[in-house]
Amino acid sequence: MAAKNIMIVGVGGQGTLLTSRILGGLAIAGGYDVKLSEVHGMAQRGGSVVTFVRYGENVAEPIVEEGQADVLIAFERLEALRYAHFLKEDGALIVNDWRIDPMPVVIGATEYPENIIETLKKDHKVYTVNATEESKKLGNPRVFNLIVLGIAAQHMDFTKEQWYDVIENTVPPKTIEINKQAFDVGYHLVSE
Amino acid sequence: MSETKKVIMLGNEAIARGAYEAGVKVSAAYPGTPSTEISEYLVQYKDDLYCEWSPNEKVATEVAIGASIIGTRAMCCMKHVGFNVAADPAYSMSYIGVNGGLVIVVADDPGLYSSQNEQDTRMVARAAQLPVLEPSDSSEAKEFMKMAFDLSERFDRPFVFRTTTRLAHSQGLVELGERKAVEDKPYEKDIRKTVMMPGNAKLRHIEIEKRNQELAEAANTLPINRVEMNDTKIGVITSGIPYQYVKEVLPEASVLKLGMVNPLPRKLIEDFASKVETLYIIEELDPVIEEQVKSWGVKTIGKEIFTVQGEYSANMIRTAILGEDLKIGTPAQVPVRPPILCPGCPHRSVYHVLSKLKLHVAGDIGCYTLGAVAPLSVVDTTVCMGSSISSLHGMEKAKGKEYIKNWVAAIGDSTFLHTGVNSLMNMVYNHGTGTVMILDNSTTGMTGHQDHAATGKTLQGDPTYAIDIPALCRAMGVKNVIEVNAFDLETLEKVVKEEVAKDEVSVIITKTPCVLLSKAKKPLYIAHADKCKKCGMCMKPGCPAMTKRPDETIYIDDTMCTGCGLCEKLCKFGAIELVKEGDR
Repeated sequence: MAAKNIMIVGVGGQGTLLTSRILGGLAIAGGYDVKLSEVHGMAQRGGSVVTFVRYGENVAEPIVEEGQADVLIAFERLEALRYAHFLKEDGALIVNDWRIDPMPVVIGATEYPENIIETLKKDHKVYTVNATEESKKLGNPRVFNLIVLGIAAQHMDFTKEQWYDVIENTVPPKTIEINKQAFDVGYHLVSE
Repeated sequence: MSETKKVIMLGNEAIARGAYEAGVKVSAAYPGTPSTEISEYLVQYKDDLYCEWSPNEKVATEVAIGASIIGTRAMCCMKHVGFNVAADPAYSMSYIGVNGGLVIVVADDPGLYSSQNEQDTRMVARAAQLPVLEPSDSSEAKEFMKMAFDLSERFDRPFVFRTTTRLAHSQGLVELGERKAVEDKPYEKDIRKTVMMPGNAKLRHIEIEKRNQELAEAANTLPINRVEMNDTKIGVITSGIPYQYVKEVLPEASVLKLGMVNPLPRKLIEDFASKVETLYIIEELDPVIEEQVKSWGVKTIGKEIFTVQGEYSANMIRTAILGEDLKIGTPAQVPVRPPILCPGCPHRSVYHVLSKLKLHVAGDIGCYTLGAVAPLSVVDTTVCMGSSISSLHGMEKAKGKEYIKNWVAAIGDSTFLHTGVNSLMNMVYNHGTGTVMILDNSTTGMTGHQDHAATGKTLQGDPTYAIDIPALCRAMGVKNVIEVNAFDLETLEKVVKEEVAKDEVSVIITKTPCVLLSKAKKPLYIAHADKCKKCGMCMKPGCPAMTKRPDETIYIDDTMCTGCGLCEKLCKFGAIELVKEGDR
């Protein structure tokens, strides 16, 4: 198969690195060649961060380029808008409907864009969830990214058992159950 | 190929694995993005090797040099600007050569993800006459490390191992091998080789020219340089990560992939060039390969169509060579999201005070560099590690002590121990009167929390003596050494005012650990809309956990607040309240 291109975008500190570990583990479980590219260092301090995951028979470059993403997973609305042009025409955009103000907005130098989801829906297949609120209901707001991944799973090539296995092998032992619960919430919640 | 042994590894992890398999016994490094994780992964092999955080890259390189001279395989790791700090030992070690294999891993940062410049290590290595290997994915990173040690010993040359951010922070599949049992080489005293005084160094210079020529000759046949002959219409010479972009865009083209980028295999290149119709040289940053190849009279296209700035991509090469219109959608015009100080960061509190006092700040390298941007906007300068203190001293010598009464130098604890100590020594020695603020958060923060000489713990996790920074300052002759909690706004303001007014060197140490270090339960504050007067005081330090509601009253995001209490101290109307006690 041609390489499948996944992107995870968000705000530094939102757990994009954990997510990329999970996706890397899945690709290996699926027997694929895989490359990932992630951001460490300064940008992780609350900046806009992006992780690329590519898997398939043979993967050369480790990045996903503009117009090439099959799935774009956004942990925050504004970041979804920032990277939407990376999607292929029929690519799936999965958005955590959550707002984190960037510093220029915090200090009033500029406005946070309105109606982001509506704007995105004009050109893309968009799946939204307020994963941050949903994860609070589960008792741990930090597992929101597994809810988002649960939705993304519907657009990828792995079985639910493979996801479970990799989650078990990746997250801290004490949080395995709540992370699997979070994944389930997303997996069963598909609203375009 | 055994599938069971394939694992996914970050480029930096693969480098560490390669060093382990190559039988490395000693490694030293100073953290620097994108090189940091090499040492963090290497430490898992501490039963078989020794690794450490050194206070700076010069020291790290010298540690590795010592180990090499007496016959063991050794390495040091750093980012590109760290290689400048290590330049002194590296240039001389180039003359000395090696006994045990010696590899200097240097990580470049095209695109400046986390750096103050975009320098090309291949240029520095060429100036030092050091050979350079460059891998293009995790698998090669591991294999090339092993080759680097073998070649280092075979040709008696220290090797530079060049990576870039994209390689260092990309993951790919790697096949694990066993650790090689490497016998230490015997050490035999030979001062003609290891004492670089003029008479000896003169002879060594002749020797290393010879060695480099031998290496350049061997490079024509070494398997690390690989010709992939395909369609001859387009030929590409490339190396490192750009090789992967070339494979995406031009799967039919002929490619000469260089694994050794210094010295270049001239015969191999000339032969390849003669077989292709149009030759491109595709290399990120400087035209290092291109300029040499062109100087031999080979016709090739390079920086005429490719930039010397930033990272390359397949799309970029597709447009430049094939002239394809990629029909990519236009990016939305959205607010930028630059990196910021974390919620609860002690630097924010310190900078708030400096901003209130309208002071200028000679800054340094670390998280606290972020104090340069709005809304704090308090840092005036950032040059290189340690420069805050020395450049403030220069300002005083240029304009007099009154001129710097509204200036301070701000430097972190790890950076102070890196090269700030020398600068403070100079300030005391040469009758300076500057005020130095050591923002001591008990860690090397920006690179992801590494220990240093004042944390009381080594890279290998062992407890150790923690350098007493206040005592160190006093020992150098600083009479005014004051320690303040970074969140004690009143005391901090009073102390800063007093110390900048003095005609003596002062060191103010704001000792409060990085908020990300503690795993303890954090306190939580909320803002009461009914008491909020919308004055904006609490928003001044720019805490990312705080936003305004549509009616302009303040809202605190409970998923981000770490309970530092800075906003509560700034609110005169009692609108911000502690609602959950923490453990700290």
